[in-house]
Amino acid sequence: MNWRAAWAGLALLAMTVGRAHAEPPDPVRRDYHLTARQIADGSYVVEGSTEDFSRNNGGLMVNSAFIVTDEGVIVLDTGPSRLFGEQFHALIDRTSGGKPIVQVINSHLHPDHFLGNQAFAPETLTATAETIAGISAAGEDFTTNMYRLLGNWMLDTEPVVPKTVLQAHTAVVGGHRLHYLTLAGHSDSDVALFDETTGVLYAADLVFHDRTPTTPHADIAPWLAALEALEALKFKVVVPGHGPVAQDAGPLHQTADWLRWLDGTLRQAARQGLSEAEVFRLPIPERFAALSLTRAEFERSVVHLYPALLRGQLQPSATKVE
Amino acid sequence: MGEKNVCCNSLSRSLPGWAVAVSVVWGVASAHAGQADPLASVMWDSVHQEVLAGQPVVFDPAVRVITAARVENTMQVPIEVEVDDSVGPVSEIVVFADHNPIPRILTYRPLSARPRIGLSFKVQEATPIRAAARTADGVWHVGGQWADAAGGGCTTPSAGQRSRAWESHLNEATYHRWPRADGSERLQVSLIHPMDTGLAPGIPAFYLTRLVLRDQDGTPLAELLPAEPVAENPLFALDLRPAQPGKTVWRLEGGDSDGNLVAASLPPSPQEGGQ
Ligand SMILES: [Zn+2]
Repeated sequence: MNWRAAWAGLALLAMTVGRAHAEPPDPVRRDYHLTARQIADGSYVVEGSTEDFSRNNGGLMVNSAFIVTDEGVIVLDTGPSRLFGEQFHALIDRTSGGKPIVQVINSHLHPDHFLGNQAFAPETLTATAETIAGISAAGEDFTTNMYRLLGNWMLDTEPVVPKTVLQAHTAVVGGHRLHYLTLAGHSDSDVALFDETTGVLYAADLVFHDRTPTTPHADIAPWLAALEALEALKFKVVVPGHGPVAQDAGPLHQTADWLRWLDGTLRQAARQGLSEAEVFRLPIPERFAALSLTRAEFERSVVHLYPALLRGQLQPSATKVE
Repeated sequence: MGEKNVCCNSLSRSLPGWAVAVSVVWGVASAHAGQADPLASVMWDSVHQEVLAGQPVVFDPAVRVITAARVENTMQVPIEVEVDDSVGPVSEIVVFADHNPIPRILTYRPLSARPRIGLSFKVQEATPIRAAARTADGVWHVGGQWADAAGGGCTTPSAGQRSRAWESHLNEATYHRWPRADGSERLQVSLIHPMDTGLAPGIPAFYLTRLVLRDQDGTPLAELLPAEPVAENPLFALDLRPAQPGKTVWRLEGGDSDGNLVAASLPPSPQEGGQ
């Protein structure tokens, strides 16, 4: 192990206890108090809390990341607001010593992953064709929602649609061998980035950690398949979309465990003919107690996923009389 | 897009009228004048008059309204109403939302069924959602819950059914029946219907107005009087108490505001694993 790797290990240790000391966002000064945590050589994460969107946290409940290479900086996800994007960009500049940002990736269509796009040069913005279509179609409505949820933090935020289509490929950028993976399941298109050189897997919202997975556009079967594909990678560090960075596959297992339980529970309820509101009240196993927002996210997932499962149980009436 | 404000975008228009109603009915409406609205809604006196004709009410926790604490899809808000047996026989349940320009969502006459119903409806903004159950003494027992329609960060309102695909299938029913161990029978029944409120520009009101479920011998088992706010392609969950659970063929009859009829035959459903 070289000194860099050893140092990265130390940084990780520091990080696991460090989050508690990070200054929370300041709604009065509109300051997210962003700090970059180094997780590997040239590799940084801005860690959000595991709360829900609120006016107190300004939407800082998502993880954004960047990789500083000799050929410039690669950014993964731009956060929930223009203000976040600007403060994130400034943090990247300070950390990299002003190296150019050569690529910005929007991992998927959800607003906490692209609403900081305004702060970055338009020609650097990339996303898959599906995500570009999703942001184009729903960007305005997402933005309206976020204004309602975050208030002042959203000032002057507008959706910016990436123009450059990102496809699955492998590239060497400034000495980092990067695998751009196009998967699906959390949404209809989810990008994960695996930096083979550092061993860091940027999983975006395919992986949640100590935070209940969200499902507004989820399809659980491909999501589970995507988690299996990610686990097959020989990663040393995983950066979830939400929740603390980890050094093992624990967050992948936790996400899969929840999704399997959720799917099984909803299918069972549909076979029994329960109404949506009855499903809200079903018990959640004790083993998920470590996840934040379990009950609230379960309710939301019922609304997202249950109606189709229940309607799938219905059959046409025997006759239709004119 | 056009449909998303269909339910409530005329709220501001309707406010002045409601404000007048408030001043008129205050103090004469309630048999329990000292009882404050537990949901502290400024619209309570107005909806009390409009939906329950100002008749005597009692706020009663035995009438439970269960809905999503945080509404994401305002076009499909799920709700379940459940009245405890402790209140005695219930002739009618009215479900309503204070802040909807059309407050009444549905009237349910359970007849021999359990006083309990599940459905989805449309809402645009935070509102108390209530159920009033009328007992033999004529008193309405009212329960409710606030629903916060702030939406979720990662969801958008559904665009609504703008295609005309429903036209050739209007009022067709799909359903399933589940006999329960207690002798009741759960019915989930859905009808194809746009349930237009008439509040969206250029789209007249067009909604189901009456549904009666009958047993094979014609005995009515339950009756529903939906209103405009019921969600499109409505799905109702009912707990019937037929004479012969799981045996007889039921009929669903009724119609919509344009006089189109509903007539569906609902034989017992095949049961999974002979359950
Ligand atoms: Zn997401």
